[in-house]
Amino acid sequence: MSKQELEKVAANGLINRRHLLGLGLAGMGTIASTSLLGADAGLNLEIPGWSKQPGASASGYGSRSRFTDDMQRMAGNPNPLYPGGGASRSPLHQLQGSITPNSLHFERHHAGIPDIDPAQHKLVIHGLVRQPLVFSYEDLLRYPMVSKIYFLECSGNSGSLFGPNPADGSAQSLHGLVSGAEWTGIPLSTLLDEAGVDPEARWINAVGADAASMGRSIPLNRAMDDVMLALFQNGEPVRPGQGYPMRLFVPGCEGNISVKWLTQIKLTREPTHFRDETSKYTDTRLDRKSLQFTFPMGTKSVITSPSGQMKLERQGIYQVSGIAWSGRGSIRRIEVSADGGRTWADAMIQSHQSEKALARFSIPWEWSGGNAVLQSRATDSQGNVQPTRSSLVTEKGNISTYHFHGIQSWAVNTAGDVANVYA
Amino acid sequence: MSMLRKLLTASAASVSLAIGLSAGVQAQSLGTPVNENQLQNFDLIAQPDGSGYPEGSGTARQGKAIFERRCVACHGMNGEGTSANTRLVGGDIQSEERPIRTVGSYWPHASTLFDYVQRAMPADAPKSLTSDEVYQVIAYVLNLNGIIEDSLVLNKESLMQVEMPNKDGFIDSSQAL
Ligand code: HEC
Repeated sequence: MSKQELEKVAANGLINRRHLLGLGLAGMGTIASTSLLGADAGLNLEIPGWSKQPGASASGYGSRSRFTDDMQRMAGNPNPLYPGGGASRSPLHQLQGSITPNSLHFERHHAGIPDIDPAQHKLVIHGLVRQPLVFSYEDLLRYPMVSKIYFLECSGNSGSLFGPNPADGSAQSLHGLVSGAEWTGIPLSTLLDEAGVDPEARWINAVGADAASMGRSIPLNRAMDDVMLALFQNGEPVRPGQGYPMRLFVPGCEGNISVKWLTQIKLTREPTHFRDETSKYTDTRLDRKSLQFTFPMGTKSVITSPSGQMKLERQGIYQVSGIAWSGRGSIRRIEVSADGGRTWADAMIQSHQSEKALARFSIPWEWSGGNAVLQSRATDSQGNVQPTRSSLVTEKGNISTYHFHGIQSWAVNTAGDVANVYA
Repeated sequence: MSMLRKLLTASAASVSLAIGLSAGVQAQSLGTPVNENQLQNFDLIAQPDGSGYPEGSGTARQGKAIFERRCVACHGMNGEGTSANTRLVGGDIQSEERPIRTVGSYWPHASTLFDYVQRAMPADAPKSLTSDEVYQVIAYVLNLNGIIEDSLVLNKESLMQVEMPNKDGFIDSSQAL
């Protein structure tokens, strides 16, 4: 079977996703022998040096290979006019699967990371409850917990794509404010029930123990639903940058409402209208009215490889790989285009497809040295389809730059350079 | 607190909460009861309905000196800001070309200014202002925006009466799916 006989499922080189699932082995073999092995047929393999001497011993705390040290979050420089403020972005282009290592999970802080001693930390639940309560960290560890895999995305992620011109950026710099993890904690309803919710209460007001005492108001009906007091992330205590010793976790919603370093939950009739739910994290429409409390993150996907600022060094087969997520359900379908959205092919979803979690997709693609525009389009379990960038910007305008979830276009030119474009 | 006392307190609390709760839930009641008085120095939440404000008062005239000492390094001499994020004054949300959102042009509630400055500002020393100083300095910010007179005594009653220009500019989307 020749390369040309691989089943092309959309224009410009997209190949049936089943070819690399073992169902198209004849085709696979051909690809392998032409593109990978052929050139180096005379190579003689030797036993490498590390196989001839004992390696390092087991250690108390693991570290990664020194050959992967370049995998770093992208953090801004410290700014004395915004002490502790800012964000760090996950290196999406270097990661695989659907769980982000805790050390590379994105961060956004408004006044830095507090150094909290869990023995001194308190969580207070008060306001419109029968009995205000205070919990220590130790108290909370005695509750039954649940573990769930969820994505977390900053509402400002991908915000630069609202801009009139495409920024020169990478998957990390443009879209790195999203990550995925397994979160373990106590359903918030357990603790609210224990305090006894007053029938007059409509909102919870959640406040963190950081220097900004960051606060957000969340409707009580949502707080009693799937909201969690998260104590563990990917099996270890939540790290300081993620809210140690505890954070709120509101699945599927803009990251800012999953208040970190949680220390206070006050039940009230009305929301507080905190600064971060009025001045910021609100969406001004073209008619100049602003939407407040826009929590769920949109149905979205992004190709993480090949992606912006990469270079394809040679022609042949690549795996187009990326992540998809929806604040309103699970990911049901991912389509990929190599011709700027004219033709589409179904990608394989290679990870679990659980509610409000990252799903990893891939599809084989043969780059034959020409121009291409790679795009991905997600559909969630509610039938929501990721919109094009232009339809999103036409609908929402770009006065506010939160909740961007339009389709990302990566152009590949004949030199193999990959760049962010508007297509 | 000893483990024994803790468990006793927990079971006492569960007895008082027993109505409508199953035995299983009661067994997990591990929080320690507190009362609102014990939270006075802890709870900073100040709402538009006037709840949560400390005693104290101040005028913009008094606030000018505090602003110049504690705020201008980051917010500029007249609140014009040192970055898009720190502009406190002016702007026009209705502008065709450049709708700019500030305390004056965008914020729907004056209560937010009290709540935020008390909890988070000045950013290099949050919670270092007295309640009087918070009233004074936010009076100054409101005055710079032309929202109140520089002689108005801001306190928990008068703050509730302050009308923000964009008070009708927001739509609650909290129940949208
Ligand atoms: C060290 C720098 C610094 C100082 C000093 C400072 N601020 Fe700020 N201020 C900031 C930064 C940075 C932000 C934006 C914070 C963010 O976005 O999380 C901010 C935000 C604000 C905001 C909200 C602006 C908006 O539109 O959302 C107000 C109001 C404010 N500051 C008032 C004050 C007052 C009053 C003082 C003096 C008592 C003060 N600040 C001192 C840095 C500072």
